[in-house]
Amino acid sequence: MTSQFSDRKYVIIVIFSAIILIFLTRLFYIQLIDDQYKLTARNQAFRYMVDYPARGNVFDRKGKRLVYNQAAYDLIVIPRQVKKLDTAEFCKVLSIDRKIFLKRMEKAILPPNSSRKPSIFEKEISIEHSSILQEKLYKFPGFFLQPRTLRKYPEPIAPHLLGYVGEVSEKITDTSSYYMDGDYIGISGLEKAYEKVLRGIKGTHIEVVDVHNRPQGSYMNGMYDTAAVAGKDIVCTIDAKLQAYGEKLMLNKIGSVVAIEPSTGEILAFISSPGYDPNLMVGSALPKNYKILQQDTLKPLFNRALMASYPPGSIFKLINSLVGLQEGTLTPENLYPCRGGYPIMGGKPKCHAHSSPRDLVGAISTSCNSYFCYVFRGIIDAKKFGTTKKGYEVWRNHVLTFGLGKPLGSDLPYELRGNVPSIEYYMKKFFGKNDFKSSTIVSLSIGQGELGILPLQMANVMCIIANRGFYYIPHTIKSIDGKSIDQLGFRKKQITTINPKHYEIVVEGMAKVVESGTAAMQKIDSVPYCGKTGTAQNPHGKDHSVFVAFAPKENPKIAISVVVENAGFGSQFAAPVASLMMELYTTDTIKRPEVEKRMFEMDLIHKIQPIKKQ
Amino acid sequence: MSREQKNIFQNIDWIITGLFLLLVLLGWLNIYAAVYNDDHNNILDISQKYGKQMMWIAGALIIAIVVLIFDANFFTAFPYPIYIASVLSLIAVIFFGTEVSGSKSWFRFGDFGLQPAEFGKFAVCLALAKYMSAMNTRVEHFQTKVIAFSIVLFPALLIVLQKEAGTALVYTTFIFVLFREGFSGNILLGGFFTTLLLLSALLVNKTVLVILLALIAAVISFAIWVSSRNRKKAKRVIWAVFALLIIASGAVLGVDRAFSKMKPHQKTRINVFLGKEVSKDMKKKAGYNVNQSLIAIGSGGFSGKGFLQGTQTKYNFVPEQSTDFIFCTVGEEWGFLGSAFILFLFLALILRILFIAERQRSSFSRIYGYGVASILFFHVTVNVGMTIGLAPVIGIPLPFFSYGGSSLWAFTILLFIFIKLDSNRLLILR
Repeated sequence: MTSQFSDRKYVIIVIFSAIILIFLTRLFYIQLIDDQYKLTARNQAFRYMVDYPARGNVFDRKGKRLVYNQAAYDLIVIPRQVKKLDTAEFCKVLSIDRKIFLKRMEKAILPPNSSRKPSIFEKEISIEHSSILQEKLYKFPGFFLQPRTLRKYPEPIAPHLLGYVGEVSEKITDTSSYYMDGDYIGISGLEKAYEKVLRGIKGTHIEVVDVHNRPQGSYMNGMYDTAAVAGKDIVCTIDAKLQAYGEKLMLNKIGSVVAIEPSTGEILAFISSPGYDPNLMVGSALPKNYKILQQDTLKPLFNRALMASYPPGSIFKLINSLVGLQEGTLTPENLYPCRGGYPIMGGKPKCHAHSSPRDLVGAISTSCNSYFCYVFRGIIDAKKFGTTKKGYEVWRNHVLTFGLGKPLGSDLPYELRGNVPSIEYYMKKFFGKNDFKSSTIVSLSIGQGELGILPLQMANVMCIIANRGFYYIPHTIKSIDGKSIDQLGFRKKQITTINPKHYEIVVEGMAKVVESGTAAMQKIDSVPYCGKTGTAQNPHGKDHSVFVAFAPKENPKIAISVVVENAGFGSQFAAPVASLMMELYTTDTIKRPEVEKRMFEMDLIHKIQPIKKQ
Repeated sequence: MSREQKNIFQNIDWIITGLFLLLVLLGWLNIYAAVYNDDHNNILDISQKYGKQMMWIAGALIIAIVVLIFDANFFTAFPYPIYIASVLSLIAVIFFGTEVSGSKSWFRFGDFGLQPAEFGKFAVCLALAKYMSAMNTRVEHFQTKVIAFSIVLFPALLIVLQKEAGTALVYTTFIFVLFREGFSGNILLGGFFTTLLLLSALLVNKTVLVILLALIAAVISFAIWVSSRNRKKAKRVIWAVFALLIIASGAVLGVDRAFSKMKPHQKTRINVFLGKEVSKDMKKKAGYNVNQSLIAIGSGGFSGKGFLQGTQTKYNFVPEQSTDFIFCTVGEEWGFLGSAFILFLFLALILRILFIAERQRSSFSRIYGYGVASILFFHVTVNVGMTIGLAPVIGIPLPFFSYGGSSLWAFTILLFIFIKLDSNRLLILR
C-alpha cells in the first residue's frame, strides 16, 4: 500500500545515513589522524618504571677496592595510606621533630607529588639505621623502604683521579636520550671518563596502572620491557699504597705529584694537593660539600695535575740538550763558560756559584743557566737554518714531540694543553716587523718565559728519557670487566724526533744530579736513579719547587714529577717527596725515616697564613 | 482470530533477527572485555557483569520467542491497555521505586532491577501506531496533532519526574514517525535541528559545526531534490533549508557563549555522576568522562589494541564503561575498523527496519516500524555521539550492547513485536 507521504522515507534515510557518516568521519579523525589521545592514554595507563643497574666497582692495580656501592635506603611515603600514625614515635625513630614531619608530609601531598603517589620522605638512610626502622615499619602504614646505592670510597684517596658521581644537569637531560631527571652520572675523573662502562644500561618495565594509580601488572607480559645491564668493574693503574703515601707527603703543601710506569704509560699515582675525602661528594650531601670545597681558597677541587700549567724551570734544560744533540749544534764535549750568569748578555740570566767552564753532564748536574743559553741560542741561531725564525720552528717541532703544548690524550677528562709558544705569538708580542731574535726569548733556555707545562706532561717527559726516546700515552685504565684495554690506543709507541743514542748522555747528566749535583741530598740506597731539579719562577709569589726523576737508572720502573707551589728550590721540597715515593715503589720500604718525618711534618700552607694576617 | 501460523519462525525476517543476534553477542563480548580482570576471567561467571549479561541475553531470547508465540492480533488489539499499564508503572515507580544516584526510576528485586521507562518505549510505539493508523484519524486536524503529541509526551513527562531527563529525551525521536505520517516537515525539521544545534554547539568547535551544518543542509537539499516530483515545491523547501542554515550558524556563535555560564553546574553533575572529586586538570570542556572516552577510543587507532588488551576501559579510566560508555571498549580494542563495523551493523538494522516498514500493507505495522527505527536511531546517535564528543552526556544505553537487563529486554520486545507484525503481513490486511 503506497502512502501519500511515501517519499518522506528518503529524507529519513538520508538523515540517518548522514549522521552515521558524520560519526565515521569523527572516528576517523580521533583514531587515525589525531595522536593526542594515544599519547594521553599511554601517559594515563602506563608507568615507565626504570630499573637502575648497579654501578661498576673500581679497583687499584693490585686488586684493592677503591670504589664500590654501599646500600642505603630511601624512606618512601604514600600519604593516602598513612593511617593512625603515632607521630611522636615516628619522629623519634627518624630523629626529626614534628615541624619537619609536617613540612615533609605537605611536600609529599602537594604537586608535583600527590597523596596517591609514592615520594621520598627521607633520603639515604644507612643500613644500620634502616634495620632499626624496618622493625618498626609495621606500625607506620603508608611508609616503606626502597633500596638505592651510594658510592663509597673505603680509602679516602685520589679524589681527583676517581672523580665523583652526581645528579645529571638539565643540559644533559635536554640533549641525551638516555639520561632522565634525577639520574646519576659521573661528573669528573674516572667516573666521568668511564661513565658508559661503569653505569651499565638502565632497564625499563612498563607497569599498567588503573585510574587510582594502582599497579595492575606488566603490559603485554613484559613484551616491551628491557632488562637492566649491570655496570662493569674496572681496574685502574693506580697503586693505592703509593697514592696514599704520596698524599700523606703532600699534606699541607700545595702542588701535585704524577707517577707513571715508563714501560707502559700507566699512571701509578696522581695527586693534586690539597685534596678532599671523596666520601664527601656522595648522595644528598654532595651539593652542600661541593659548595664548601668550591669556596675554599686553596681550591681543593682544582685538579692541578691536569689543569695547572707551570713554567718548567730547569727541568726543561734536558729537552734543550736533546734538541741540541739531535741538530748537531751541541756535543757532550762542548764547554761553555759561566760567570755567575750568561756572559754574552751581561750576566743574565743569572746563575749560582759553581766551577766553570763545564761540559754537558756537568752543566746538567749543576743546572748551569749560562750553559743552556749557549745551547738554546746555538740551536735556533744555527747557520744551517738560514734564519733564527726557521731555527725556532725546528726547535719547536722537536719540543712538541715530547708531548708538550698539546693535550696528551690521556683518558682523564679536562686535560689542558700547556704552552709552547708559536712563532706567530712571538712575532706579535715582541718583534712586529723586526727580525726574530734569539736573545729576546733566551729565557726559554732555562724553562722560563711563556712556557707552560702540566705536571702530567712533566712526568711524561721523564718517561721519554727513561725509555730513551718514546712514551705511551699516560692513562689510568688497566682493564675493564677483566678484559685488557688494547683497543683503546694506549699501546701505541709515541716516538720523539730525537735519536735514542743522544739520550744516554742526558741520562748520565741526570744521574750526576743525584750523585753529586743539586739533588745529592736525596739519594736512595741501592737504587741509583736519575733526576732533575727545577725552581720555576712565578710572578705570583715564591718560586715553585719542581723535581722530575725516574728510577732505577736502568730498566726504570717509575717516572715522577713533583711540583710544590711557592716552596722554593726544587732540591728542598719536591726532590724529597719524589725520592721517598720512588724509594717506596722500588724497594717497598723507607730507609730514610728522618727525611720522611721532615716531609710529613712540613706545613707550607699554615706557615703562610699567619704572615698574611699581620 | 485469523489463520494460525504453523511455525512461529515462519516468515520472520532473518536479516533483522541475524543482526539482532550479532549485536547482542558482540555486546556481551565487549562487556566481558570492559569488566575483565585476571581474578575473574570466566565469561560465564555470574558474579560478574558479563555473567549476568549472559543471563539477561538468555532471558531476552525467551522473551523474543514468547513475543513470536503471541498472536499478532494481540499487539494490534491491545495497544491502549498496554500503554495504560506502562503509564501506571511509570507513575508507580515515582512513589515506590528505589532511588539510584538521585533518580527514582528503578524497581528493585534483590540483586535485579527493572526500569519501567525502558518498557515505556514500545508501549508508546504501539499506542501511537494504533492512533495514527485509525481510519478516522486525519493528520491535517489540529486535534490529531494534540492527541499524537500527548501520547508521546505524557510518558516523557513522567520520566522527567523520575529525574531521568536523558531517557525522556528519547521520546523526541517520534518526530520522525510523525513526519513520515504527514506532519508538517518544516516545523519538525526545525525543531529537530534546533535541538541538535543547541546540543552540539556545546561540544563541537564552532567552525567545524558550521561546516557540518552546511554539509547536512546540502545532503538534505539533494535528497529533497532527488525524491521530490514537485520541483517547484522542492525548490521552496531547499530555500528554507538554507535559510535555516544561516540562522543556525548565527545561533551557534551565541549559544556557545550562553552555555559557557552553565559549566559549574555541569561540573557538579559530572562529579555527582562519578561519585567522587575530579582533579582540576581533568576538567575539559565536555567533562571528565567524555574526555576519558575520547582518549580510550582515540587510542584504539586503526585496528585497535586487541580483545582484552584495552587499558583505558579495563582499568576504569572510562566511567560506566560497561553501560553507557560501552562503545569505548569497541573503539579501544577494535579500533576504527571495529567501530565502523558496529556502526554499519546498526545502520543496516535501522535501514532494514525502514525498508520492511515501507513494504507493510497495514499502516499500523508501518508506523510501529518507524517508531522502532527512530528509537534505535536516537539511542545509537546519542550514545555513540556522546562517547566521541558529538553529543551531550545523556545516560542512555546503546541498544543490545550496553550492560543491563531492562534495556536489553525492552529493545528485544520492541524489535520482536515488529518482526512478528512483519511475519504476519501477508496473512492479514489491517
